[in-house]
Amino acid sequence: MAKIKMSKKATSIDMTAMCDVAFLLLTFFILTATAKVPEPVTVDAPSSTVKAKLPETDLFVVTVSNKGTIFVDIKGRDLRRKTLEIMQLKYKLPEFSQEEKDQFALMESFGVPVEGVRSIIKMKSSERNRAGVQTGVPYDTIPHVEGDTKNQLYEWIYAARQAYIDLGNTKKELNFAVKGDAKLQYPKIKNVMDILQEQKINTFDLVTGLRGKNY
Amino acid sequence: MAELNTGGDEGKKGGKVRSKKQNAKVDLTAMVDLAFLLITFFMLTTSLSKPQSMNLNLPDKKTDPNEEQEDINVDERRTMTVILGKNNQMTWFMGLAETPIIPPTKDKYGKDGIRKTLLKKVKEVPEIVGDPKKGLIVIIKPTKTSTYRNLVDILDEMAICAVPTYAIVNDFDNAKEKQIAAEISK
Repeated sequence: MAKIKMSKKATSIDMTAMCDVAFLLLTFFILTATAKVPEPVTVDAPSSTVKAKLPETDLFVVTVSNKGTIFVDIKGRDLRRKTLEIMQLKYKLPEFSQEEKDQFALMESFGVPVEGVRSIIKMKSSERNRAGVQTGVPYDTIPHVEGDTKNQLYEWIYAARQAYIDLGNTKKELNFAVKGDAKLQYPKIKNVMDILQEQKINTFDLVTGLRGKNY
Repeated sequence: MAELNTGGDEGKKGGKVRSKKQNAKVDLTAMVDLAFLLITFFMLTTSLSKPQSMNLNLPDKKTDPNEEQEDINVDERRTMTVILGKNNQMTWFMGLAETPIIPPTKDKYGKDGIRKTLLKKVKEVPEIVGDPKKGLIVIIKPTKTSTYRNLVDILDEMAICAVPTYAIVNDFDNAKEKQIAAEISK
C-alpha cells in the first residue's frame, strides 16, 4: 500500500529578491534625500509647466500665505548671520550673542517683527512652527520713505542685499523669489512685487509646483 | 519562518565524525524588515519634488516724475489685452479697447481655452504686420479680484505659446477697459 505522503514544504520564503529590492529602494531614497524643512506656514504654490529649478543658495524667498502674512527665508548661513547683524544695528536692538546668531543661521523661514526675532530664536523648532506663533513680517503698502523703518520687509530685503555685498559678492546680485499661495488675491502679491521693485529688483522668480504633462 | 542552524548532534555518540550539514539559507526576514523601515523613513522625510521657478522680468518703475516718459507707439494689430477677473474668468480683445479688432471675448484657462487663440495669433501677427521681427504683444491686466494662481497660469500660457513680448500692467487706461474689468469682477 502506497501511503500518500504529504510533501514537506518549507515554511520559509526566499527573502533574497525582496531584500534586494528593498535595499535598492533604500539606496535610491538615501541618495536623493534632501531633508524636508519644517515651515511655519504651508503654502500651496500654483503649478506651472516651467522646468527651471530654483537656485539653492544665495536666495531670498518671500513667502506669502493665503491670508497675506509674510514669511522670509534667506538661504545661506553666513548671509543669514550678516543680515541679522545689519538688522540689529538698524533697529538698535541689543546685540545678539554668537550662539543666537548661529541658531538663527540654522533656522527655517520666519515671520515675526524684528523685535520678536530673539524670542523665536529661543524657541524649539516645534514650538516655533505652531500655528499662530508667528504673525508675519510687517510690511507697508505705501512707497518707502527714507528713514522710515516701519516697512520691515523692505528693510530685510535691503539688509540681505547689503550683507550679500559685504560677503564679497560684488559682481552678482542676490536672487529673489516669491512664493505665494494659489488662492492669494492678486493685490497682496502685487504689494510684495512693489516692495521688491522699489529697490529696483525687477527680476525675480515665482516659485511654482510642477504641472502634469498633459496640461 | 525563522530557521535556526542547529547542528543535529544529539544522541549520536561514538559515531563517525560527520561534517555538519550547514543550512545554506540565511534568514533575511529581519533584514528586510529593517530595510523597509528605513525606506519608509526616508520616503516620509524627503521632499521629492523640488520647487520649480518661473522667472519674471518686470519693467523698471518710473519713480522720478520729472523724467520724461517715452511713449512708444505700437501697431494696434499686434496687441492683445487679457483682463483677468474673478472665479477664473478672463476677457481678451485685440487692438484698442474702444475700437477693438476682435471684440472682447470671454475665455478660460488651459488647453481648450485661451491657448488656441494665442497660438494662432503668435503665428498670424508677423504675417499681418509683414515683419517677422514684430510679433504678438500681450498685455496682462489682472483685476483686484483675480488670484495669484490666475497670474501664474497666464504667465505659464505665455511660456507655452512662446509669446515674444508680454507685460503685466496694473492700470486700466480708459472707460471701456474699466467697464470690462468691472464686469468680470462680479
